[in-house]
Amino acid sequence: MELYSNMSKKNKILVVAAFTLILSLAAFGCTSGGKESTTGTGETEGESKNLSGNIKIDGSSTVAPISEAVAEEFMAVNPSVQVTVGTSGTGGGFKKFTVGEIDISDASRHIKDEEKEAAEKSGIEYVEIPIAYDGISIVVNHDNDWAKSITVEELNKIWAPDSKVKTWKDVRADWPDEKLVLYGPGTDSGTFDYFTDEINGEEGASRTDYSASEDDNVLVQGVAGDKGALGYFGYAYYAENTSKIKALSVDGGDGAIEPNETTIKDGTYKPLARRLFIYVNKKALERPEVKAFLKFYLTEGRTLVSEVGYVPLNDAEYEQSLKLVE
Amino acid sequence: MEEESVALQRRSKRRATLDVAFHGLVLMATAFALIALAVLMFDVFRKGLGWLDFQFLVSFPSRIPERAGIYSSLTGTLWVTAITALFAFPIGVATAIFLEEYAPKNRLMNFIDINIANLAGVPSIVYGILGLAIFVRGMMLGRTVLAGALTMTLLVLPIMIITSREAIRSVPSSLRLAFLAMGATQWQTIRHIVLPASLSGIFTGSILTVSRAIGETAPLILIGALSFVAFVPRSPLDEFTVLPIQIFSWVSRPQAEFSNLAAAAIIVLLIVLLSMNAVSVWLRLRFEKRNSK
Repeated sequence: MELYSNMSKKNKILVVAAFTLILSLAAFGCTSGGKESTTGTGETEGESKNLSGNIKIDGSSTVAPISEAVAEEFMAVNPSVQVTVGTSGTGGGFKKFTVGEIDISDASRHIKDEEKEAAEKSGIEYVEIPIAYDGISIVVNHDNDWAKSITVEELNKIWAPDSKVKTWKDVRADWPDEKLVLYGPGTDSGTFDYFTDEINGEEGASRTDYSASEDDNVLVQGVAGDKGALGYFGYAYYAENTSKIKALSVDGGDGAIEPNETTIKDGTYKPLARRLFIYVNKKALERPEVKAFLKFYLTEGRTLVSEVGYVPLNDAEYEQSLKLVE
Repeated sequence: MEEESVALQRRSKRRATLDVAFHGLVLMATAFALIALAVLMFDVFRKGLGWLDFQFLVSFPSRIPERAGIYSSLTGTLWVTAITALFAFPIGVATAIFLEEYAPKNRLMNFIDINIANLAGVPSIVYGILGLAIFVRGMMLGRTVLAGALTMTLLVLPIMIITSREAIRSVPSSLRLAFLAMGATQWQTIRHIVLPASLSGIFTGSILTVSRAIGETAPLILIGALSFVAFVPRSPLDEFTVLPIQIFSWVSRPQAEFSNLAAAAIIVLLIVLLSMNAVSVWLRLRFEKRNSK
């Protein structure tokens, strides 16, 4: 009996030791001195007047890199404002936005009717603010030496819901009899919504026998590894991988236009150049920290847009967006 | 006679060949798993090691890869894990003690048994849905550390109960009976006999179970853990992110440097996991030494 009570004492020490370990791990988390967040791009015109609070952003993973970059720089100037960015997808973001769980929703398309209704039901008013351009790029394998450009009709022929196209020859008669392997974003993506709307004339209408992934890097890998591949995704992923894949020029009726910063910005890359948006809850906009954040987004944010791989709007468009915030 | 022995010889030869073939087969299966692991580790270390330094551990995520780090996600992971352990351990062990030592053997208990076993096999994303409905929306906790930890608690509880029960069951009943025969109450028996003898097993099981929660992403994504957090949670009611989500978010960036950052974060995650496993092995060895004395 003595043996056991003796042992239980030693065991008790171990129990305490184990718990201390776990708790100290947590304590390390909250106490160990972190370095201050990264240095900012510089002073912004007197905005750092002790703003504080939380700004919650969620939504499109396409737009997230921009919002994250802006959040990073904004917090460097306003350390007591905590900005968080989630990536639930455009649809997922709107689901949270329309019930008032978040302040700002990143969106790679316009708000849909049913999402408008949801917002109305919970009494939420919002402003739509365009923040950047993106060009959906049509990409092929590097060893594809036949295709240089493609027309919208051909794209429709390939991607239509009842498409019978199996080889490149089926698309254009003088292309080789190479098997056509398709890659594209999944159905939750705003890119998918926009592409199907422009190419197939109906949002969400697409053939389904293609390799789909919500992760654009997976699509890049797929196209890079398959000679007969054709895929579509946001411009940033093409621009970062020009050594692995090629983009086709797209002919929307006025001649073939290749996607680049200029053609996307001036709108000649038709019809696949699109605008990216943020939606802001009007109630949240009344809070000084949110207003300051949005002003920052539309001024300092302009340079950050191209830094993370997207095409900034024209200055005049940013001025217009700024008016929406005021 | 002669023919028979030839047939026998042939048969035994065949058996020997089969034996060698089977040996080869299982060896190949093992090698397959090990090679896959080695390739994976090699790839992760090749990409990530160069990016791993102290600065990486104490920096917040950034759009500039050289500046980016895992301070917020690492602390988020530690917070969630610690609070999960804090909830899951007492509840899990108490449930195990009740089921093993107090519960009557009847249909209801049988039903509960089956349910716990089933819950242990429920896909983690289902717990995410539950967590979103109960903790984030129902209890209005929002997307906080506490909501995440409670969701994780639900996820690990069934396994924790099962492993703790195994440990308690392995205590010889002769010890219990002897102590009871000397006039000890049931509580005294549990405290002085059952728990000390089974504690090493309970600890090992619990630590391994909680470390499983460290790698979970799906339920936390579902309850809305964020991908960009540039502050450290100061209380359980702060918002957070965790390492697997940070890794996921970096992997899906277009720039190649971010996938190297992800590899570096994977190394850190592996180190956290391995050190927790090491603690559980150390605890078990210690207790075993003590018990055999």
